[in-house]
Amino acid sequence: MKRRNLLLAGIALLGLWQVLALAVNRPILPTPLSVLAALWRELTSGNLLDHFLASFWRVIASTLLAVLTAAPAGMMLGQSKRLNDIFSPVIYLLYPIPKVVLVPIVLLFFGVGDVPKIIIIYLILFFQILVLVRDSAAGLRPELIQSVRSLGAGRRALFRYVYLPASLPAVLTALRQSVGTAVAVLYVAELFATQRGLGYYIYLNGSTLFNYPAMYGGVVMMSLLGLGLYFGVDLLERRLCPWKTAA
Amino acid sequence: MIALDQITFAYPGAEPLFQDFSWRVGRGEAWAVLGTSGCGKSTLLYLLAGLRLVQSGQVCIDGAPLTRPRPQTGLIIQDYGLLPWATVRQNVELGLRVRNFYGPDGTHAPRGYTPSLEVDPWLERLGIGGVAGQFPGQISGGQRQRTAIARTLALRPDLMLMDEPFSSLDAPTREGLQRLMLELWAEQALTMVVVTHSIEEAAVLGQRILLLGKAPNRAAQVIENPGAAEMRYREGDDYGRMCRLLRERLEET
Repeated sequence: MKRRNLLLAGIALLGLWQVLALAVNRPILPTPLSVLAALWRELTSGNLLDHFLASFWRVIASTLLAVLTAAPAGMMLGQSKRLNDIFSPVIYLLYPIPKVVLVPIVLLFFGVGDVPKIIIIYLILFFQILVLVRDSAAGLRPELIQSVRSLGAGRRALFRYVYLPASLPAVLTALRQSVGTAVAVLYVAELFATQRGLGYYIYLNGSTLFNYPAMYGGVVMMSLLGLGLYFGVDLLERRLCPWKTAA
Repeated sequence: MIALDQITFAYPGAEPLFQDFSWRVGRGEAWAVLGTSGCGKSTLLYLLAGLRLVQSGQVCIDGAPLTRPRPQTGLIIQDYGLLPWATVRQNVELGLRVRNFYGPDGTHAPRGYTPSLEVDPWLERLGIGGVAGQFPGQISGGQRQRTAIARTLALRPDLMLMDEPFSSLDAPTREGLQRLMLELWAEQALTMVVVTHSIEEAAVLGQRILLLGKAPNRAAQVIENPGAAEMRYREGDDYGRMCRLLRERLEET
C-alpha cells in the first residue's frame, strides 16, 4: 500500500464523517473538528493521556507475556509429534472459546487493577500465537531439518538456528490477526472495576457526563491505539523479516 | 572409507529396501548411485549421513560405526536445504555457526576445531560472492545449489553425499555444476557419493556406479566407469557406450 493512498483514504473517511455530522446535526455526532478540539483539550488539560497510557501499558504487557510464553510452547509442540498429540485436543477445545466471555470470571478471581485486564488479553494472544507458531514449526520441510542436522546441529542448535527464526513471522502474523480483538476486549474489560483506561474514559464521558466530544476523543485514541499496534507489527515485520518482503 | 556390512533397513510397515546388503567405498573415490524412484537410493544416502539407522548389520565410516551424523560428512540435497530467512552468506556460515555453538566436542564438531566464520574464500570459489547479501528466494536455482555446496565445503568434509543435487536445474547450469563438483572433488581430496535417477549424471560423476534395483536390494551391482572424472569425457564415444550400458542394466533390474 502506498502512503499517499492511505492518506487519501483517511481524508475521505474524515470527509464522510463531516458530511454525516452535518446531516444528523445532533450532539451525539459532533464534527471531526469539534472532536479534534476536545481531544486537544482533554489531552493537555484533562487526563485522557493517563487513560491512554493505562490502556497502552496493559496491551504491551500482555503482548510481551504472550510472546514470551506462547512462542516457546508453540515451538516445542511443533517439533515433537508426541507432545502435539497430547496437547492438541486440549488446544482444540480451548482455542475457539471467545475469551471475552471470560472477562467476568477473571474479574471475580483477580479483582480490580491491571492484572485481570492483562490476563484477559494475554489469553487471547496466547492461543493465537501458540497455534500459529506450532503450525509453522510443524510445517518446516523435513529436508530442511535433515540438512541442518547433517551440518552437526542437535536439538539445541535446531531451536536456535531453525525453529526460532522460523517462528518469528508466525508470531508477527498472530499479533497482526489478534491485535484488533485484543483492543476490543480491552475496551470491554475496562468497563468494569477500574477507573483508569480508555474503556472507562469513553463510558464515563458518554453515559455519565454526556460530554460527547470528549467521548469521541476517547474513541479516536482507542482507534489510534489499535492502528498504532498494527503499524508497529508491520514495522517489526519489515525490520525482522526482510526476506519476506525481498523475495 | 565406507563399509556397509550385511545391513537391513525397512521403513515401518513396509518391505525392506535393503536386506543383508554389503558395499564398500574407498577413500577418494567418486561414486554415483543410480536407480529408479523407490529403489532406496535416497535412503541409502540418509543411512550414510547417519540421519537414519539400520535395523541390522553395520554402517562404518572411517572404521567407526555410525550412530549419528558425523561432523566430517557433508550432505547436499535437491532443494529446500537452505534457510529461507538467511542471506547467502549467513547460509554458508550456518555449519560453522553450529560448530561454534557447540565447540569442538567431537560429536557436533571435530575435536581440535578452532571456531571461525571465514567463508569468503568459499563464496568466491563457488562464484556467489556477488549475491552474498541476497536471500535464497531472490537467486537462481544454480546459485542456491552453489550456496549449499559452499556451506558444506566450509566445514572441510572428507565425505560428500549428494541427493539428486542438480536435477531441478536446466541443462547448461547442471553441466556447469557437475564440472565444478568434479574439480572440487579432485581439489579437496573428497570421497563423493552422488545419488541420481539420471543415467547421464551417473556416467559423468561416477567413476564407479552402484546400480540399485527393485527392493529389497541384496547384492551390490557395481559398474566401473574410470573415464568419468576426465573433463572431456562427455564428448567421447566411451560416454555414449556407458550411457547405453547403464540404460540396459537399469531396464533389466
